[in-house]
Amino acid sequence: MSGNRDKDPHSGMETTGHEWDGITELDTPLPRWWLWIWYGTIVFALVYWVLMPAWPYPGGYTKGILHNSQRVQVAQDLKALQAQRDVQGRALTNASLDQIERDPKLQAYAMTLGQLTFNANCAACHGAGGTGSKGYPNLRDDVWLWGGSLQDIQTTLIHGIRSQDPEARNSKMPSFGADGLLKPAEVNDLTEYVVALSRRPANQAAVARAAPLFANNCAVCHAADGKGNATFGAPNLTDKDWLYGGDRASIHDQIWNGRGGVMPNWGKRLDANTLKALTVYIHANAGGG
Amino acid sequence: MSAAAAARAKAGGGGGGLYKPRTPIYPKLVRGKWRNIKWALLVVTLAIYWGTPWIRWARPEGLPQQAVLVDFTGPRFYFFTIQLWPQEVYFFTGLLIMAALALFLVTALFGRLWCGYACPQTVWTDLFIVVERLFEGDRNARMKLDSSPLSFNKAWRKGGKHLVWLLIALATGGAWVFYFHDAPTLWKSIWIGQGPLTAYVSAGVLTFTTYSLAGTMREQVCTYLCPWPRIQGAMLDKHTLQVIYLKDRGEPRGPHKKDQSWEGRGDCIDCQQCVVVCPMGIDIRNGGQIECINCGLCVDACDEMMVKIGRPTGLIGYDTDHAVAEREGGSAASYKLVRPRTVYYGVALALVSGVMVWGLAMRQPVVFDVLRDRNPTFVRLHDGSVRDGYTLKVANRTFERQVFKVEVSGLAKDDLKTPGAPSSSTSLTFVVEPDQVGSMRLLVSAPESALPEPSMPIDVKIHSRDVTADAKSVFLSGEVNKP
Repeated sequence: MSGNRDKDPHSGMETTGHEWDGITELDTPLPRWWLWIWYGTIVFALVYWVLMPAWPYPGGYTKGILHNSQRVQVAQDLKALQAQRDVQGRALTNASLDQIERDPKLQAYAMTLGQLTFNANCAACHGAGGTGSKGYPNLRDDVWLWGGSLQDIQTTLIHGIRSQDPEARNSKMPSFGADGLLKPAEVNDLTEYVVALSRRPANQAAVARAAPLFANNCAVCHAADGKGNATFGAPNLTDKDWLYGGDRASIHDQIWNGRGGVMPNWGKRLDANTLKALTVYIHANAGGG
Repeated sequence: MSAAAAARAKAGGGGGGLYKPRTPIYPKLVRGKWRNIKWALLVVTLAIYWGTPWIRWARPEGLPQQAVLVDFTGPRFYFFTIQLWPQEVYFFTGLLIMAALALFLVTALFGRLWCGYACPQTVWTDLFIVVERLFEGDRNARMKLDSSPLSFNKAWRKGGKHLVWLLIALATGGAWVFYFHDAPTLWKSIWIGQGPLTAYVSAGVLTFTTYSLAGTMREQVCTYLCPWPRIQGAMLDKHTLQVIYLKDRGEPRGPHKKDQSWEGRGDCIDCQQCVVVCPMGIDIRNGGQIECINCGLCVDACDEMMVKIGRPTGLIGYDTDHAVAEREGGSAASYKLVRPRTVYYGVALALVSGVMVWGLAMRQPVVFDVLRDRNPTFVRLHDGSVRDGYTLKVANRTFERQVFKVEVSGLAKDDLKTPGAPSSSTSLTFVVEPDQVGSMRLLVSAPESALPEPSMPIDVKIHSRDVTADAKSVFLSGEVNKP
């Protein structure tokens, strides 16, 4: 490389004077349009620094005379959204759950809002289709541990199950095996008894041995005939629906450990109209109870 | 010299630009049969364009009372007795295909009738030329005015012309938006700035295009912008009726003195009248050209001349290349309207028109669909029976409220339910408002005994007082009956 600026014999243009293996570089001037755009961007930047937040300094940053803040913007957007929802949801406020479900227009609105709310809040446990899984109840069928009327569902949603809410749905099935309340053989006999309740073949001797055990330990909640009691969220043991599985091992497991699921009290997270919509959505999808 | 500069020099000639400069055209006013037909068509087509949105049409309450309306917010299309939904856009596709085929057929038979008489570009250009003549006079006066230096006379004539052009363009663009809104309502709101923004923007854009296309671009639109002249080259053949200079009669041409004999020469006296009246600025005697829109004005100009010199009219006229060639060869001219090409176009047009008429006649008053739930596909109930969920959708294209009974067949035993109504084993009620889409949730449950197969075909039928529709679906139950 050398510093002399020669003229290129072919184009008649000056070279930069840089040379690599005999190849020299033409010093072609920038196109004017390019230059003007470049000046324009410099002017734009200067204006931007004055108007918008730009330069950081220890402990803060220049705010710009427009006081633009995306954080404030988002807060305003959320406020506007809530205001809009309040307007649209007024029809829900003034209607009873029953009226909402019977009126085609209100029902359509509630179903849409309910579905959005369900997908965002409930689907994580109950599944997008609402069919649940082991330990998480199926909300599409006709089995309701805590009652399946509109009112029951709304109460469950607002206060939750075994949540921190003082009015939560609450009950606790004892861990009969784990806590030593019953002997392992007795748990085995009770398992046979529960299998027999749902009209499946079982060891009749074990069933006979377990009858007094069931009456003393289980009938308080599950009722003497095993059909359950929604007051305690005690499932019907005579049907074909099993929250924790209906085979012998699963039934044994449940008597031994006495599990019970927890659902948050949505009343503190969702507003009243959204809860109404969600109630109708769940109730309607389950065929209305 | 760079390649671009060379191309510039070559293309521009003396002009020096990259493009060929436009040669101004000063079409002379002509009178005659074809000009009169064109005047009549101009009045009729413009009247249709400006008048159509103002035709009222009685429809049930709540629906637009405008005969022709493209209602984007509805969204519906109204054409007198016909109402179309957006889903039926295929009728428009069919209409476009019909228009194209009709154009093919007409072009194959009679040449560029569309270009010469009916195309908006031709009609509006004609209208703008009328205004031009009003302010600047006919051909000679205009040429003189253009070559004169700027003066008050020139300024007000030019200014007045452009002002009236702009007003016509504004009226053209302004009229367009009435096809998309209730015309009387929009008419009131548009003047006080209360019209929808789209109306102002559309009117503005169309004002600009009308002014520039019909005022300043004119024949360049046909020659450079429009693809149709290129396409119709494929439809024209030697039997197509076109505006043609009958060279068998006209040649050899040349000036003619009053007492000279017509023996041994052609009828064309080279008076240039066919050239000066041409709005495309061409000489028809050079034969068929892509610029020629077959407007027939040179026919009138030539006929006028022929009458003056006492020769038969029709030296330029509607004729075929084939007939001219035959007469040149000494035989009688023959014409052939029925050719494979015209038969194909005719048959295709008849087929598409038939399908369209059939489609309109068979149009269903309601469209009924059954959408089966995908998640969950089915639910087992406490007693072991199975329940499937469906969404029923009805597009009620009638103008009456429809109260449907919903029935399901295909299962030995079933129970129907919809949220908010008591369950029923026979039928449910489904109400759909007039001109609306209604949907209903339908829950069907069936005992295991009624489900021999994991997938049972079912038929959902709805019937109101005057409409019946049904849709097929399936009832899925997994493998509940698998031992």
